[in-house]
Amino acid sequence: MLQEESDLSLIIAQIVQKLKGSNLYAQLERQAWASLQRPEIRLESLKEDIKEFFKITGWEKKLQNAVYSELNVYPLPRHPAAPPEHLKEPLVYMRKAQGSWEKRILKSLNSMCTELSIPLARKRPVGQQKELLNKWNEMGTDEPDLSLFRPVYAPKDFLEVLINLRNPNYENGDSLSFRTHLGLIQVPLKVKDIPELKECFVELGLNTGQLGIDDSTQVPPELFENEHVRIGQKVLAEQDSAAAQQYIRQGSPTALRAELWALILNISSQPEDILYYEQLKTNVIQHDLLVDSLIYKDVKLTASNDDYYFVFEDYLYQVLLCFSRDTSVLGHFAYNSASPPKSYIRGKLGLEEYAVFYPPNGVIPFHGFSMYVAPLCFLYHEPYKLYQTFREMYVRFFFRLHSISSHPSGIVSLCLLFETLLQTYLPQLFYHLREIGAQPLRISFKWMVRAFSGYLATDQLLLLWDRILGYNSLEILAVLAAAVFAFRAVNLMEVTSLAAAEAVLADLSTLKVMPLLQIFLFATVT
Amino acid sequence: MSRPKNQNYKSHGSSKGKEREQRASIRFKTTLMNTLTDVLRNRPGWVEVKDEGEWDFYWCDVSWLRENFDHTYMDDHVRISHFRNHYELTRKNYMVKNLKRFRRQLEREAGKLEAAKCDFFPKTFEMPCEYHLFVEEFRKHPGITWIMKPVARSQGKGIFLFRRLKDIMDWRKGTAGKKFTSLEAQPVRAAAATANPSGTHDARSSDDQKDELPVENYVAQRYIENPYLIGDGYKALPWCQPWPGPCCPLLSWRLHPGGVDSTKPETCRNPGRKFDLRVYVLVMSYLPLRAWLYRDGFARFSNTRFTLSSIDDQYVHLTNVAVQKTSPDYHPNKGCKWMLQRFRQYLASKHSPQVVETLFSDMDNIFIKSLQSVQKVIISDKHCFELYGYDILIDQDLKPWLLEVNASPSLTASSQEDYELKTCLLEDTLHVVDMEARLTGKEKRVGGFDLMWNDGPVSREEGAPDLPGMGNFVTNTHLGMQARWEEAPGGAGGIWHYTVIEFNLQLSSCVILGKD
Repeated sequence: MLQEESDLSLIIAQIVQKLKGSNLYAQLERQAWASLQRPEIRLESLKEDIKEFFKITGWEKKLQNAVYSELNVYPLPRHPAAPPEHLKEPLVYMRKAQGSWEKRILKSLNSMCTELSIPLARKRPVGQQKELLNKWNEMGTDEPDLSLFRPVYAPKDFLEVLINLRNPNYENGDSLSFRTHLGLIQVPLKVKDIPELKECFVELGLNTGQLGIDDSTQVPPELFENEHVRIGQKVLAEQDSAAAQQYIRQGSPTALRAELWALILNISSQPEDILYYEQLKTNVIQHDLLVDSLIYKDVKLTASNDDYYFVFEDYLYQVLLCFSRDTSVLGHFAYNSASPPKSYIRGKLGLEEYAVFYPPNGVIPFHGFSMYVAPLCFLYHEPYKLYQTFREMYVRFFFRLHSISSHPSGIVSLCLLFETLLQTYLPQLFYHLREIGAQPLRISFKWMVRAFSGYLATDQLLLLWDRILGYNSLEILAVLAAAVFAFRAVNLMEVTSLAAAEAVLADLSTLKVMPLLQIFLFATVT
Repeated sequence: MSRPKNQNYKSHGSSKGKEREQRASIRFKTTLMNTLTDVLRNRPGWVEVKDEGEWDFYWCDVSWLRENFDHTYMDDHVRISHFRNHYELTRKNYMVKNLKRFRRQLEREAGKLEAAKCDFFPKTFEMPCEYHLFVEEFRKHPGITWIMKPVARSQGKGIFLFRRLKDIMDWRKGTAGKKFTSLEAQPVRAAAATANPSGTHDARSSDDQKDELPVENYVAQRYIENPYLIGDGYKALPWCQPWPGPCCPLLSWRLHPGGVDSTKPETCRNPGRKFDLRVYVLVMSYLPLRAWLYRDGFARFSNTRFTLSSIDDQYVHLTNVAVQKTSPDYHPNKGCKWMLQRFRQYLASKHSPQVVETLFSDMDNIFIKSLQSVQKVIISDKHCFELYGYDILIDQDLKPWLLEVNASPSLTASSQEDYELKTCLLEDTLHVVDMEARLTGKEKRVGGFDLMWNDGPVSREEGAPDLPGMGNFVTNTHLGMQARWEEAPGGAGGIWHYTVIEFNLQLSSCVILGKD
């Protein structure tokens, strides 16, 4: 009990600390000062009156949402004696693995720089600045020669690293047990089994209405959809992000999704936010970075060739180029096992005071990175809103999909969860695929790394991401990956090669995700 | 059975001794080489007829129709893929003439409000015969953009935009010495036809002039300057100058909260991609009018970004795939199309359900009104059916505009997805045409087709009277909704009705998952 109380006060202290530096704090203070002019605020009951004032003017709700958002994003405070890197990743071997992976990425980036003799960054001449500004809204029409650039890495390179991950304290050398030998992921981490998943995703159960199932044309809208939409409007009117998060577990109506997501991610679209985006844009105009070419290349290779997303090509540049300049993204490295790469000003190599993070946001894009943004283009029209949403989604969720950590939503845990689910519930299929050399993870890995973006039809993908936001967890990705295998199990049992298995699973655009998840979680005999 | 009246008459569909009801196979003929041939050849019980053979079903092109229709005798069961004078709807000048007449008629009979429902085509003048009317209109509204289209060509050929009367003077001078142009035009078309056999149909659909016109007719149409754009960037901050400092743009944004400042030159307009919609309507009869609307279709995107400042660049303005394909940066594997479902879903996430619903019901209105406008003109013939391709443009106020109707929509597929769409479309068309006599005649939905009009509006509700009365009458149209089999349709809550059909193209095996 005492322990809990001290934990709580620690959490409160941490959140208060965080919020003190925020814009909201300044606004609240200003409002409080301004309220003193009002007749209903009396000196004798000042504190209570101001509280009441905040309540009726909606500021209390905003504060509540901000606190809730902090709770969602930041991990619980560690033991006061623990070093800060424990917050990034408690396991030493994971930290080491991430470190050496980063070194490899940097090496590859550096060698590309040297090969092409292109600087990491340079200031654009004024003429070029003007030119870029003029075609800001149609950057996609530009066709620079990018044949020499190659993505720094692709998901399958990253998978190799994960496969080779070992826990040095875990003896599995000679006495190979049957089970440890089956899957590709060899690290012992705690992952949920189906009963635990059922408990966790209880709102996806058979007796709960779901968008993605109960809004199909065969079901009359009076049964579920109409009421659900009405509640959604109410949630939005209340502007309560905790309520929105609970609500969205049953799926978001298409017309309300943009606002609901913004509410959950606690995104405000104040003039300051627009200004902030404009400043990032200025930075893009002024400086040319090597990562820009990588972004260009990636968009051209992925989103521009995608049947769904090709129309949004220009948006993607507007978001991703600005993202690379956004130093506020660096904040997420406090709880991300990855660390931002450092670069030194010419001639000052190794001198810490001349070190800068490169790229400014510390994130090096890889092949398929732009697919994290593409589905959001369906929701937001204004680039600054699209940008804010993407940044929040990234620092809450997506970064976990390409850094090595032991977090339950981290990619290692997702891979392990996927393999464990298949081994436990579809042992025959798993064995068969393994025997023919088609390890299931080799097929499903790319789906999970991209959070299924580009694989599912957009409406289905958004329904899936609804649940990621609703549960504040990426575990659903691994469950869905396993459910896809289960759904196509009959066909998969007939294939005799990796290529054939890949062919069976090549097109996921016809899948309906919610029924699949429901069958897998709640109709499988356990 | 009636005999041919004349030796020159060819007769089709005579059963040669067999009873018609017991026909073992359906003899079909077609001159087209594309998806259509695949569909017809794969249809069970159908056999292809070459050259002069007898046929029961002929998917002809319009030029054959022009030359032979009047000399052909057809049995009751025989079907042919066009109406004799389909050009009343599918040639741009006739369509407009018929719509204008229908509008006047409605105004007389039902009043202004009803007539206003016909205002879905941009102001159009037939050239050269309405030239003087056009000039009058042109002078009344200076500064707007006009588009000139040859009435009987398709795929964006011969189209140009103009804003000054001088441009059209030059054009007129050019048409005075018209012989030159028409002589030149002929070999070009022939060359196109030989170069691309699968495209012959589309190329030929163009020249169905019923009599050779000495001057090529054009229509001058008011150009829709505010098309709905997808993937466009900035609405909030209009500026043209390089970033001057942190506060100026914000300030100007505050001064013009409405978004784009209309006084700024057009370079400020935000580019995005222009598109139009292709929707398929199948007419089985004009008297009474019986029309089906197909759920699938697509949005065709222009590859370059939209801005009015470059009216000479036709790649921006014309969304025809045929034009887009010749665009210098056209990427064959880069999509230029969105299936209608995707488009509807995009709208649904940006606008309220009511707005989207209104847009789609406005589109229904376009189909019906345009068909009604030619109902009395088109020679109704029970042998004929026609699959029209409607081209619809949507403006920023989400008002749909009818651009044109094609009698021979392209059936050549540009991608796998497109191939699937067109195959399903044709299969479903054949189901509705029903040579096999399998339908009861009471169906409201056949495949992806929904019966939209059956001598009056058709209700979506089962068993509800097909009369738009006081109740909540919903027309039986589902444009942009799921047309084909869904994979894994869900049960309602805990009720399990899983008849999941999964097609796996790679394995071509069909799996049925049962669950109780």
